[in-house]
Amino acid sequence: MNSLTYDPQWVSTITSPFMLNAFIAGLCIALAAGVVGYFTIARNSTFAAHALAHIGLPGATGAVLLGLPVSFGMGAFALGGALVIAALGKRASQREIATGTVLAFATGLGLFFARMSSSASQQFQSILFGSILTVTPGQIIGFAVFDVVLLAVLAVTYRPLLFSSLDEQVAQAKGVPIGLMNVLFMAVLAGVITIAVPAVGTLLIFALVVTPAATATMVATTPMRAIVVSTALCLVSIWGGLVLSAMFPAPPSFIIVALSTLFWGIAKGIEAARHRTA
Amino acid sequence: MEQTRTRVTADDPCIVCTDAAIRRGDTTIWSHGTFAIPRGTVTAVVGTNGAGKTTLLNAELGLIPLSHGNMRVLGGAPGTNNARIGYVPQSYTSDIDSSLTAEQSVLLGLTGTRFGIHPVTRAQRAKTREAMEFTGISDKAKLRLSELSGGLRQRVAIAQALVSDPELLMLDEPLANLDLASQRTTVRILAQLNSELGMTIQIVAHDLNMLLPILDGAVYLLDGHPHYACLDQVLDSDLLTHLYGTTVQVVTTPQGDMFVTPALTRPDASADTHRTDEVAQFHHHEYDHDRAQ
Repeated sequence: MNSLTYDPQWVSTITSPFMLNAFIAGLCIALAAGVVGYFTIARNSTFAAHALAHIGLPGATGAVLLGLPVSFGMGAFALGGALVIAALGKRASQREIATGTVLAFATGLGLFFARMSSSASQQFQSILFGSILTVTPGQIIGFAVFDVVLLAVLAVTYRPLLFSSLDEQVAQAKGVPIGLMNVLFMAVLAGVITIAVPAVGTLLIFALVVTPAATATMVATTPMRAIVVSTALCLVSIWGGLVLSAMFPAPPSFIIVALSTLFWGIAKGIEAARHRTA
Repeated sequence: MEQTRTRVTADDPCIVCTDAAIRRGDTTIWSHGTFAIPRGTVTAVVGTNGAGKTTLLNAELGLIPLSHGNMRVLGGAPGTNNARIGYVPQSYTSDIDSSLTAEQSVLLGLTGTRFGIHPVTRAQRAKTREAMEFTGISDKAKLRLSELSGGLRQRVAIAQALVSDPELLMLDEPLANLDLASQRTTVRILAQLNSELGMTIQIVAHDLNMLLPILDGAVYLLDGHPHYACLDQVLDSDLLTHLYGTTVQVVTTPQGDMFVTPALTRPDASADTHRTDEVAQFHHHEYDHDRAQ
């Protein structure tokens, strides 16, 4: 195993075609994760982001078993889980034992499916921890289409979704269809989880969908600015992760998650310092 | 045509209930609600815990259906005129741990229901500022809700409710968990809204004392039925004692101020401590013939 060593060839590495794919994929993923991450924080739904990644795992390995694309199975399971969580509403996050048990079982089922065929077994680690360097042009087109649909839907539903996220009771009294907003958000989150898995995998996804948005809400005060900052932090984490992992050979997923966590830690520290002086 | 209506007329009340009842599952929350709340008045909704005060507000907003009878709110069925109602829910102090600024929160009261792409207009910003000035929080506009005290958040919530120029303002326990100074400020703001803007105000409250100077009447949920009465009829020791299930006295000071006080005697064994579903069955009404008990 090579420890942290500097690779002088890194410039030629990051200009290679597979790296270009990774950079474009990173942009698409950052856009989706950054925007939806803000709403995840605003709705107190960080639990759901975590849960959907786990629920998607058996879908992903099961798809490989059946010879289907990973994102197909991942997306189907995540969407199914999303609709169940939406139907349960707030109760889902309060039933900690039931939920934790279901998630553990889902992860175990994912392992079971993975071990049933050698190809699924080979892909298991990249589903768990991501493999942004192996993203194909076909996947990138899928990401881009998802981003366009996502941004179009969010542009139209932006204010009611925001209102229902931040102030559900008043929004409901004012006639915002909060049930529909909840289902819409959960479906969108399932999609984001599905496209973010190739970047960091199901186990590390929290650091890409939730952490940058949490950092952004500490820094920015208006929803729109927080969304922009959150997207920027996602992008810097992913692109920074790609560049640094080329300079100092290391798994990109690790550096992406490390950068995201670092930014959050810095923001948290500054906030704590400000509170002490205030 | 809606705009030309005169505000306070006896035959054009804000809320009219006719033999209204609400059930949740097999439990009747309250029934036989027949009353009218005049426009331009300040009304308290009083009753013991679980008597169905918040349920009444939710029914008026059309969020809970009536199981019997009829209700008209601002001239229409419940839920049809919600754009003309401002609503301040109970949970604002405890629930909201938001990084949103006060200004952004108030702005949502104006823009939050609109689908489609609508940049915030200058008029909307001016309206937001005006609402914040009215509740005295202009200097807090850029602060996050999580940085504000309970009393200030309460005023943000009121500003958010009044920014859309409602005709009816509903507040659920607006004085709970506030210190004395904040309670006074809130009551003063509500008094101004009523006297300067002619807003009809409905307040769910436990403690009547703070509100007494501004109240015109009260809906009291007694024995499973909502009743409306003018204030002088509500301020009756026997009624309040029955209502709260503990001995209550109405004290008039030499200056003419009235206070509602719990009597400083040992707990009265004869006080009412019945559940809502029990008291709903207590007495019969003339229109009971069409219903089984």
